[in-house]
Amino acid sequence: MTTHSDHQIPLWRDERFWKIALQVLAVVIVVGVGWLLIYNLSVNMQRAGLRFGFDFLGNQASFSILDSVAPYDVNRTSYRSFFPYVSTDSYGRVLQAGLINTLVMMISGIILTTIVGTIVGVLQFSDNWLLRKGSELYIEIIRNTPLLLQLFFWYSAVFSQLPRAENRLNLLGILYASKRGLFMIWPTNTPLLWMSLGLLVVGKIGFFLLWKRRTFVIVERGQSGQPQLYGLGILAVVLLLIFCFGLGWRVPEEIEPGTFQQGLRLSLEFSALLAGLVLYTAAFIAEIVRAGIQSVAMGQWEASSALGLHANLTMRLVVFPQALRVIIPPLNSQYQNLAKNSSLGAAIAYAELYNVANTTYNQSGRPIDVMIIIAVAYLSINMLISFGMNTLNRLVQIKER
Amino acid sequence: MLMTIIKRLNTLGLSALLVGSLAACATPPTEGGAGGAGAGGSRLDTVKQRGTLICGVDGGIPGFSFVDESGNYSGLDVDICKAVAAAVLGDADAVEYRRLDSTERFTALAGGEVDMLSRNTTWTLSRDTSVGLEFAPTTFYDGQGVMVRANSGITTLEDFDGKSICVESGTTTELNITDGMRKAGVDPEVKTFQQADPAYAAYDDELCDGFTSDKSQLLARRTTLSNPDDHIILDITLSKEPLGPATINNDSTWFDVVKWVTFGLFEAEELGITSENVSEMLESEDPTIRRFLGVEGELGSGAGIEDDFMVKVIEAVGNYAEVYARNLGEDSEFNLDRGLNALWTDGGLLYSPPFR
Repeated sequence: MTTHSDHQIPLWRDERFWKIALQVLAVVIVVGVGWLLIYNLSVNMQRAGLRFGFDFLGNQASFSILDSVAPYDVNRTSYRSFFPYVSTDSYGRVLQAGLINTLVMMISGIILTTIVGTIVGVLQFSDNWLLRKGSELYIEIIRNTPLLLQLFFWYSAVFSQLPRAENRLNLLGILYASKRGLFMIWPTNTPLLWMSLGLLVVGKIGFFLLWKRRTFVIVERGQSGQPQLYGLGILAVVLLLIFCFGLGWRVPEEIEPGTFQQGLRLSLEFSALLAGLVLYTAAFIAEIVRAGIQSVAMGQWEASSALGLHANLTMRLVVFPQALRVIIPPLNSQYQNLAKNSSLGAAIAYAELYNVANTTYNQSGRPIDVMIIIAVAYLSINMLISFGMNTLNRLVQIKER
Repeated sequence: MLMTIIKRLNTLGLSALLVGSLAACATPPTEGGAGGAGAGGSRLDTVKQRGTLICGVDGGIPGFSFVDESGNYSGLDVDICKAVAAAVLGDADAVEYRRLDSTERFTALAGGEVDMLSRNTTWTLSRDTSVGLEFAPTTFYDGQGVMVRANSGITTLEDFDGKSICVESGTTTELNITDGMRKAGVDPEVKTFQQADPAYAAYDDELCDGFTSDKSQLLARRTTLSNPDDHIILDITLSKEPLGPATINNDSTWFDVVKWVTFGLFEAEELGITSENVSEMLESEDPTIRRFLGVEGELGSGAGIEDDFMVKVIEAVGNYAEVYARNLGEDSEFNLDRGLNALWTDGGLLYSPPFR
């Protein structure tokens, strides 16, 4: 033993060594287990004579899927999906059709659930006893029962019990409901439609800018803002006219009892899944909204009413913008949940991605390959939602100057 | 020193990690399978070691596999499971049933979750090859049919234009109905359900105008609808549906056992051996019967099981005629004719290669 080594701390008592060694060990274990799983999989697939690859996506699928959201196609005189698929198309095409169905469900679900959730969340602060208790009851019932159960409820206890086609329900002539599906008013797909939609968007932006301008001239210049108000009124009327007449709305026309032309047909499967997902997720969103509103200090309410603002205005102008900062991050996960929960549609015959992929891997014998496709698809969808929500979150945070 | 550490780790079960990463390429593919509890890798050894047979069944089709209120399984498919358990383990009750829906079944078999499928699975080329299954002899020759409400006015596939039809996902029927409708030149809505129960419930609720499946299944399921007499099965046969047990590809030791136990049921009927007379038949002078029952020769040992395996099978479930009569034929509520499912000597399709 030299004097030099006497001074050195032994390796196993060196804290720095253990810090690194434990991390190396953790990485080795994770990589080792992962490698073992993949190795096992390849051995088992080899033993069963299965191959891996995505070339099967070009093969003919030869199974049918349900057109769930289908506008009327005048040329074919039938209701036909946005993304037409026929059984002679390939597996790749049918998976795309499934993905489109998932996206349609997801987007309409997120929009509706946000509206319902926010309303229910705000209603919990209502002065009206019935509304307050009613929204609490709704939240407790919905939050505490499994979603799959609720979906079966909506499908078999509500939508399946609609009357037969000849006794269809008629809602103001713009919505008909029967066992054949829901038929509703819908714009016709013409070049005019896109032009009108463009005008609507431009008009909305103009409206917003004019509003800002009016606030500016009132606050900064002490003017009445009357000319701007007239401008806003005229713009609003024009936009309303474009919305009513420029979009080419077509109501469903009943050619014989229960059989329709024109408009949009929603399948019962779509409607049941949408109702189930929207109401389920809205209960969680309502609680998030309540938490957000409660996070705003009481002093803000008091200060606002001291300024003479009415309760509704206080909520809209003072409390809600501040609550948004708390609301948006957890809202992100609810949106992602809704996106993933849409895969439960497979249970009630909605042809979304998981349902279609299920059939695909059964018929093609490629479970691993198809599972990877499903995983990547849901991963990308959720990353997109996350990205959008994170951007929104940055916008509503307090800007420190 | 290093070797002793490796040995010690080996006994700790960490060998897979260490040796695996050191000598990965050298490991032959027959070792280290997910379900490979037994060395050598055949399912037969796994089943023997475990002492029970895990059998994948449907569980919802009366006559084929059905669970009653007390949790007992019965049906043709279930009897095949029992026969295999009796042959391999000597005990027809040493079966653990797994209820699988049509989309789960192949993955369950490929993943080693079940030893065999006895779940009215149609034998097709792609399932035999690219899906990676091995099909034992057909135990029920079926054809795909269509059930509609009697008052619907539908009599042919052409009448389905603009109507809707319910089907179970992941089945051959799902493909056949699409082909059939294409041939008929009509384009009905096809509603695909992942599980049978919600699918039949939807049909019962009139969400679809028809239901398509194997005819035997339609007959059996019709009894569970709210008004069975309101429904008719159309006089159309869309396809050939040979239903039989299946095992995983590339395990011929195990596949041979399942295959020959199934053949044994046919052969027993042909030889006139029933569950009642099997003990007398052991005394028989006929060399074919003596060999079949393992009194002479070593047929069973060749397959890796007891020589008298067929005795245990017949004692447990009887021959094919008994199995059929009990579940689908004259002793059941369905009273189905043997039809194609008679022995070849009676004009049917059941034919066993010789037991010798």
